Amino acid sequence: MSDSPVLTQDALEAAHHEHPPYQRHHFETMDQQNDATNFAMWLFLLTEIMFFGGLFTAYLILRNWYYPAFVAASHQLNVYWGSLNTLVLISSSFTMAMGVWCAETRRKSGLVLCLTLTFLLGLVFLGIKTIEYSEKIEKHHVPGFHYSLQSFLDPASDPAAAQYGDKPLALDMARKTELYFFLYFAMTGMHALHMIIGIAILGFMIFRARAGAYTTGHVTFVENFGLYWHFVDIIWIFLFPLLYLISRHQ
Amino acid sequence: MSEQAHHDEHEHHIVSPKVYVVIFLALLALTSLTVGASFIEMGIFNPIVALGIAVIKAVLVVLFFMHVKYSTKLTKLTVGAGVFTFFILIGMTLADYFTRAWGRW
Repeated sequence: MSDSPVLTQDALEAAHHEHPPYQRHHFETMDQQNDATNFAMWLFLLTEIMFFGGLFTAYLILRNWYYPAFVAASHQLNVYWGSLNTLVLISSSFTMAMGVWCAETRRKSGLVLCLTLTFLLGLVFLGIKTIEYSEKIEKHHVPGFHYSLQSFLDPASDPAAAQYGDKPLALDMARKTELYFFLYFAMTGMHALHMIIGIAILGFMIFRARAGAYTTGHVTFVENFGLYWHFVDIIWIFLFPLLYLISRHQ
Repeated sequence: MSEQAHHDEHEHHIVSPKVYVVIFLALLALTSLTVGASFIEMGIFNPIVALGIAVIKAVLVVLFFMHVKYSTKLTKLTVGAGVFTFFILIGMTLADYFTRAWGRW
């Protein structure tokens, strides 16, 4: 700011420009601060894209290699639970977007309502996921834990496989269904972990929003959390067709 | 300072609830479409249609729910660069895996 290495008290006072209390001192303007935090949040989301991208790539390659096993294994998933969860998650993204709008327009009770709805829809998603996981546990479809090949060696014995008219797989191919379920649990599990973290932060935000924290004109936290929540939604938008839908007719 | 604050409010684009509702309805419609399409036998086109719809949904979320359409050039460039890099990484990995056995059968 100044060429002089020693700043007098007056110069320091002058350098300390007026700014709103939520503007960090090292930013010249609120615009600059908003741009910087938005940029940082997106950089974080890009690392997340790369992280999930690795899992998606592994799924793509392994599905191509062990196609019959991946088709048979994906028939074990229930399209109705998957669709319902997609609706729940999209709705939660909508309530979150509305929450950001409420914060921007300084509607405190609206913000608390939107955050609470997002929180509840997130819990509903995890509840449905729990139902799905417990089905897999009951059928011994969790890789590494007494994994059972019965649904794939003898599909007629399993209603989920029988409704698709699955043919029995050879033993070596049937074993590859474990890989499908490994990726299924890795991808949906990582997604669920992101949801759990998001729900925890939402709980904290509801608490803070009730105290009026985000309706004073400083909405960065709500906005950036919104970006995170929508990102988690996007991951599910791709997980749902890849895991549940694309193998229904093969 | 008041001039600055005024400037900030001008810069910060507030997306109206009307846009959110339209995008929400579009996402619901596309979800029903993709589930419906999965019940139709289309052979190789089943995954293509499913992924195509997923990409459209993701773009809608990024542009409107995540405000990228109304964001600064820096944000747009960041998102674009990220997606571009992601496709390079995926593309090169797939190119490797799918060509390893070429000429060996």
